[in-house]
Amino acid sequence: MSPPKHPSRRRWTGWGFVGPFLVVFLFALVAPVVYAVYLSLYQNRLIGGNRFAGLANYRLALVDGQLWSGLGRVGLFLVVQVPVMLVLALGVALALDSARLYWSPLYRLGVFLPYAVPAVVAALMWGFMYGTQFGLVGDVDRVVHASLPDPFSNALVLASIGNIVTWEFVGYNMLIFYAALRVVPGELYEAAELDHASVWRVIWHIKLPALRPAVLVAVIFSIIGSFQLFNEPNILKPLSPDTISSYFTPNMYAYNLSFAGQEYNYSATVAVVMGLITMLVAYVVQRAAARNQGA
Amino acid sequence: MTVLTPAKPARPGGRWNPRRPRRSKSLTAVMTLGLIYALLPLFWLLVNASKTQASLFSTQGLWFGGHFALFDNIRATFAYDHGVFLRWFGNTLLYVVVGAGGATVLATVAGYGLAKFSFPGKRVVFAVVLGAVTVPGTALAVPTFLMFSKLGLTNTPWAIIIPSLVNPFGLYLMWIYARDAVPNELLEAARVDGAREWRAFFSIALRLLRPGMVTVLLFSVVGVWNNYFLPLIMLSQPDWYPLTVGLNQWNAQSSTVGGQAIYNLVITGSLLTVVPIVIAFLFMQRYWQSGLAAGSVKQ
Repeated sequence: MSPPKHPSRRRWTGWGFVGPFLVVFLFALVAPVVYAVYLSLYQNRLIGGNRFAGLANYRLALVDGQLWSGLGRVGLFLVVQVPVMLVLALGVALALDSARLYWSPLYRLGVFLPYAVPAVVAALMWGFMYGTQFGLVGDVDRVVHASLPDPFSNALVLASIGNIVTWEFVGYNMLIFYAALRVVPGELYEAAELDHASVWRVIWHIKLPALRPAVLVAVIFSIIGSFQLFNEPNILKPLSPDTISSYFTPNMYAYNLSFAGQEYNYSATVAVVMGLITMLVAYVVQRAAARNQGA
Repeated sequence: MTVLTPAKPARPGGRWNPRRPRRSKSLTAVMTLGLIYALLPLFWLLVNASKTQASLFSTQGLWFGGHFALFDNIRATFAYDHGVFLRWFGNTLLYVVVGAGGATVLATVAGYGLAKFSFPGKRVVFAVVLGAVTVPGTALAVPTFLMFSKLGLTNTPWAIIIPSLVNPFGLYLMWIYARDAVPNELLEAARVDGAREWRAFFSIALRLLRPGMVTVLLFSVVGVWNNYFLPLIMLSQPDWYPLTVGLNQWNAQSSTVGGQAIYNLVITGSLLTVVPIVIAFLFMQRYWQSGLAAGSVKQ
């Protein structure tokens, strides 16, 4: 390799490529974060107007029952829905990779298809289907002359939302896992065949270890998704105003603080707190996975 | 991290085993249940888009019933409220073309820059952008709104387009892709020939980067087409709504006491919103499947 002719100019050429992205990045991603932190340090009082409040908003958030109830709800959602969804996705990916399926492209495409459906449409469809008016639940009720439990009841509404999110994202996670399985080196399978290893041993000792990094990525994205839960409950709210409160999830809370309550400073505080919690949990999971890997 | 890498070929023919394992009827049966779960809501949507507002309530949901009104419903969807649905459709297209298209261009150029140049401050750029991958997008929406409203950008298309342009994960994908897909020797040869860096990029690299670009573009398009939270808070006038927010407004109107119930239009509109994106995925499956299938997983 010949040394570059104009080293000084060459050194800065990279900025020309990265610069445009960075400008937009700073404006649309970094600046709002900084602005949110700034807002969260102020309070707007009837008397005295806008003034610096230090960490007062954060002290408020710490003992805010509505914020913590929402946080508890998405936490529950996280520990139940995410494992169910990822295990399903894993099962489908392993089945597709086993080459034991008839018409396997049909299954791959079919299971992936819901990912392309907008969350709004997914929530509307399922919301109508859950309904007793012209939904499937109502149909079943009429056919068997019984009444199924209402999917919008207090006890079931979170599970009903979990079902929608699972439906939307199983296919996406499946595709990530499937892509990772496809590049497992063939020699590993040849060795397993020589050892007369069973299908289950191949899955346990070859396929699952190969999937570890992909599973980690899927888990992190699912954690982020769970803490940010907004679209589905917000769209279902008109169909079920009694069981989906305005602070059902922290994101709905932040939204309603801004748009119904005009409490911009406190809304920004909630957003900052949620961002921090999400990044912290994602970081802890990543560290735990890295330590496991090392052991 | 999951990444698309072009370099490593998948197992030849996709399968290593020359003797395919015997196909299993029971496994196929179980998977069929999964397929039904995935497709049933879409089937329900199609069936119910063919019903009048009255027969939605009077016929059972999982089969066609009453007057077949799909085409009447489509006509009514486009005609309702002086054709506002068409306006929303156009808005969505605008946001997709400029937002997702711009995001892909920015991510490609910057990913290439990170992969092929060393420059002062590169490590900082890396750390900040990778950190941003885990910054939850929706947590940013409210702060972004507050900032944009100070700047007078709310209620304009820019409020949707500018945030859509930033795709840190897309940048990350393109960095990996460019690193492996564009051989340094090729660029060196171009430099020896005296080609400027940008010419080398346009004449050599861009062609090699295309499969990665298509994948990033496709996922950006889905992201923008399906975007709901951001336009919901940024826009208060229906004139700039994308389809998602418009549909939700129709639904909210139907559920309100005294509002005109137009569930048949909500359902038909939903169907019309889904169809283009599904078609895009089906037609481009060669790209995204080969992109992902040739992909490997790295840490």
